[in-house]
Amino acid sequence: MSFAIPKESYNGRVLALDFGKGGKALMIGGETALPFLAFEGEVPNKPVIAYEIQDSAPDDWPDTLKEIYKDVSGGPVTWAKHCQDKLGAKAIALRLMSTHPDRENRSAADAAKTVKDVLSVINVPLIILGSNNIEKDASVLVAAAEAASGHNCIIGKAQEGNYKTIVAAALAHNHKLIAMSELDINLAKQLNILITQMGFDKSRLVTDPMCSALGYGLEYTYSVMERIRLAGLAQNDATMQPPILGDIGIYVWKTKETTAEESDVPGWGSLKERGIAWEAVSATAMLTAGSNLLIMRHPDAVEAVEKTINELC
Amino acid sequence: MIIIGEKISIIAKKVREAMNSRDPLPIQELAEAQWKAGAHFIDVNIGPAEERGEELMTWMVQSIQKKVKAPLCLDTTNASALEAGLKAHNNEWGKPLINSTSNDPERFVMLELASKYNSQIIALTVGKGGLPADADDRMVIASEIMARAEELGVPMDDIYLDPLILQVCTTQNQAKHSLNAIKMFGELGMKSVVGLSNISNGVPKQMRSLIDRVYLSLLMYEGLSAAILNPLDKELMDVVKTTDVFLGNTLYADSYLEM
Repeated sequence: MSFAIPKESYNGRVLALDFGKGGKALMIGGETALPFLAFEGEVPNKPVIAYEIQDSAPDDWPDTLKEIYKDVSGGPVTWAKHCQDKLGAKAIALRLMSTHPDRENRSAADAAKTVKDVLSVINVPLIILGSNNIEKDASVLVAAAEAASGHNCIIGKAQEGNYKTIVAAALAHNHKLIAMSELDINLAKQLNILITQMGFDKSRLVTDPMCSALGYGLEYTYSVMERIRLAGLAQNDATMQPPILGDIGIYVWKTKETTAEESDVPGWGSLKERGIAWEAVSATAMLTAGSNLLIMRHPDAVEAVEKTINELC
Repeated sequence: MIIIGEKISIIAKKVREAMNSRDPLPIQELAEAQWKAGAHFIDVNIGPAEERGEELMTWMVQSIQKKVKAPLCLDTTNASALEAGLKAHNNEWGKPLINSTSNDPERFVMLELASKYNSQIIALTVGKGGLPADADDRMVIASEIMARAEELGVPMDDIYLDPLILQVCTTQNQAKHSLNAIKMFGELGMKSVVGLSNISNGVPKQMRSLIDRVYLSLLMYEGLSAAILNPLDKELMDVVKTTDVFLGNTLYADSYLEM
């Protein structure tokens, strides 16, 4: 008797989304099957990894990671160029950390200038992230959206407390938008509904259900992402069909496993390898849960995850 | 759950007048309103249509599908009118649905039409000899119809079994029998459908909506696949959406009623 592989098929489809412009523009989403199960449906686009950079010195990053970027992280322009030209980044995620009131508290106008400067030296797509301060992000992202007008960026993150202003800015300047909620699938759906009720098309949304690193609640993120994907595919829930973002690097590189010295935990092996492995493993889990776009930090971890993507897609 | 909008019926005076004068506007408006309110099929009930039935059904199908990108549920006892409707139907948005066949030999022709035109069909679990007594009775009739469908090559997936809802005010026991029948149809792997408002026929008008709503929720719990109802009744549609949340068919969000 011959063996037939059991196949699931779904009514729904993840919305395809393009960002960036010209020859380096990227497309994510569009699949009708669960991650890496291309034999069950169409998977037109591979997941994309963006390199995270910041607009201020990465003082809070662990030494093993800071070391990698020490010659370029003095400014976002050199850093962005390095990621694109030397590391082969397909996309760059600029986090405007310096605007946070507890950091340098730089102005929205400063942020706009940074965005312009970075855009002037790269041709890969740009993701523009605030500092995750609800009030400040509203003004910073409005200025950043205007500065990046015409570049088809992904901006974010719009949250329950500030989405109205940020949605309006993304609408006005034709950007894509990240909608973030905090590890709650019902709130994720609700935010997507509220945003689309403002006239923002769901095909321009990216859902960020909030990430967590391996050992620090990864299973919660995994479960929420997986249920979002199943609602979109199996229940054909149109509000749950935007591509999913896994903003994972920021969560990985503050864990004990990526920072504890070898002398303190001799049984854990090489700190350098440990950090890379922690980011690669956490990121791969996000992909299997349904992420279409990842934001990561360490080049070796990015390389490892891209290898996995290429082998499985 | 699949919603079949019931508003375009010869019984309604406005619709009947529009049909008689071949005025498409009132019919198109009703069709569009139901479609926008969430109907997946628009029922087109032209009655027995003994005079010019073929021409009437053709005109109805074409008029409605000019405005509404949805399949239609063709509702008449007149087989040649029904066949004309199937010929005119645009299948771009889904197969049409015939309303209906049963175990009455006079209605066998409808199943033949379903086979000939690759249509879906509602099968009432009643025969010629009176109403079914209980759920088992309905199951016996259902299996006879299914056997006939198999002979004619109509896929089981294209059949919606209708237990025939009877009015609660005169045949109270039947409400429970029909619920049991819906459950048993589902256990067979078959789809089911009801004409919901039959349950509240004959009760005082102000109670009809409540009776319809509560009964629909129970039917859905038993696995009902489709219902012929009034999608313009917002409270009724809210019950559908809320029950779908309870049953895990829809993901909850605070604004789920607005979707």
